[in-house]
Amino acid sequence: MTEFLQTGLTAHYNYWIYIILMLIGLWAMMAKVNLIKKIIGMNIFQTAIILFYVSIGAKKGGTIPILEHAPGHGHEYIMDAALYINPLPHVLMLTAIVVSVATLGVALALALKTYREHKTLDEDEILSHLSE
Amino acid sequence: MTDQYPSLILIAPLLFALFVFISSWFSRKPAFIMTAIALGLSSASAVGLLAQIMANGPLSYRIGGWAPPMGIEYYVDHLNALVLVVVSCLAFWNLIATRPDIERSYGDKAPIFYTLYLLSVAGHLGIVVTGDAFNLYVLLEIAALSGYALLAMGNARAHLSTLRYLFMGTVGASFYLLGVGYMYIMTGSLNMLDLARLLPPLYESPAIAAAFGLVLVGIFIKMAFFPLHAWLPNAYSDANSPASSLIAPMTTKVMVYAMIRICLTVFTPALAFKSVWFSNGMVWAAVVAMVMGALFALTQKDMKKMLTYVLISEVGYMVGGFWLGNRLGMTGSILHIVNDAVMTLCVFLCVGCITFRTGSTQFESLKGLSRKQPYTMAALVLGGLAMIGVPPTCGFYSKWYLILGGLDAGHYEFVAALVFSSLINIVLFFRIFEIAFFEPYGDMHGDHYHGPPHEKIQDAPWSMVLPLLVVAVGLIVLGLYSGSIVTNIIDFAIPATII
Repeated sequence: MTEFLQTGLTAHYNYWIYIILMLIGLWAMMAKVNLIKKIIGMNIFQTAIILFYVSIGAKKGGTIPILEHAPGHGHEYIMDAALYINPLPHVLMLTAIVVSVATLGVALALALKTYREHKTLDEDEILSHLSE
Repeated sequence: MTDQYPSLILIAPLLFALFVFISSWFSRKPAFIMTAIALGLSSASAVGLLAQIMANGPLSYRIGGWAPPMGIEYYVDHLNALVLVVVSCLAFWNLIATRPDIERSYGDKAPIFYTLYLLSVAGHLGIVVTGDAFNLYVLLEIAALSGYALLAMGNARAHLSTLRYLFMGTVGASFYLLGVGYMYIMTGSLNMLDLARLLPPLYESPAIAAAFGLVLVGIFIKMAFFPLHAWLPNAYSDANSPASSLIAPMTTKVMVYAMIRICLTVFTPALAFKSVWFSNGMVWAAVVAMVMGALFALTQKDMKKMLTYVLISEVGYMVGGFWLGNRLGMTGSILHIVNDAVMTLCVFLCVGCITFRTGSTQFESLKGLSRKQPYTMAALVLGGLAMIGVPPTCGFYSKWYLILGGLDAGHYEFVAALVFSSLINIVLFFRIFEIAFFEPYGDMHGDHYHGPPHEKIQDAPWSMVLPLLVVAVGLIVLGLYSGSIVTNIIDFAIPATII
């Protein structure tokens, strides 16, 4: 048990956090009937994956990947990649954040349109309106 | 210029989307011409690229001159050159064929529609052309987001059904992204060819198996593979016809391509077909998709909705054919990507021509329509025969390869399901033919009919019917040339290790 706590839980806690967040988001998308709550769930789901990517780039004791004395500026020295956090996943997530903002915008616009038509955001009520 | 084809295919619609939007501030006249030029340019480059690939073999294109694996690479071989030609040409042709419908349905919003149309096509073409796993995700979302906006402009139900599509689509894309993340953790690379080189020593790792599973599930949601199909029928049938006749032929086929690319290039067939139970399970899942799609289609009372379920059944053909794991099955699957795209375009354009005049595709309102819309119905007959798989239409040839592949692999359940769903297709289409050709019109005062008086219905304008007839005749031409498509293109698209 203690071994599991040490290796499985504490060493990989970033994975546990993203999985829990992802499941919260999925649950909200499936179980909630209010469209806005579903949209919030979708956003939590996307954010969980963004956090997962961000966490895999981080290193203990690592610093920001800016080279003060980069080669070509009069200082030639060998870099130790382990001292710097990995910037690539973070850069990728800039794009993913843009995508998730755009998705959120489209989703809210659609929810607004639906609300104006049916005067409710409850999916069950909307469906009963539509089947009439 | 000719060595810039891979980027030109994508940049033309992307750049013109901006121009069309800006021009709409001043006048809505030039929007159509600009869209047509962009898509024409894109299709011409795709055809040129295919000719280049056929002459010189696969090609790698560096965006901005940055060398892979750091820079983004466009990798084009026989497989995606073929899909690029299909997607760009059908997007161009759908634009030509639905212009009167676009102008009437969207009115002042037509330039917005054209902008979204270009963005959606650019996204789909990008998915096909890119050689970078993360880039594929971004383009997947560009294609999907503009697709949501296109589909949402429809009837009263369109907003809700599109919102449901958006939820499912976002989950699908997120699963794909998560799978790519696992691959990145294990290899440190995102370039497809680089991944193919780095992954084989890691095939035993559970993280790679998880990555493979997540990526596949993401793609299956996006392609509406049964039982992940629930978003598709409503989203497509509630949209206006110009949007649905663009997206219905394009999205599912492009996602089948993405599956093939992931399984053949990123993960070599050695991993994809490593465990027999997995590939057998996929074939069985495809069998269920084919049968259930056909059965659901049988219960529909609206032609457009029926066609969306036929589409789900067709996805089963392509996925199942690929997972048979032999050369014949994969040939059938890739050939069916081409054929199904054209067939679906044909029948959805027919739906567009019918709704343009009657406003409905309920079976009730199709009564006696053959006398009112003879040319549309003639095209529908050809489209229906192709869907059933009657020679010499193109549908026959891909089904023939799929059946041979199924027999060769010993998957008799796949062959049985294919024959079964083709038989259901006969029932589906001949029921429509019977209603349209033999039921008398005139007693149209039922409860469900709210369209114009039946005496005034006539065939859609020539600018819609003529392109439709070209597509319908194209089904036969494509069928006659399918032999040379297979020997000249598809044979090179499948790795030599697959027999």
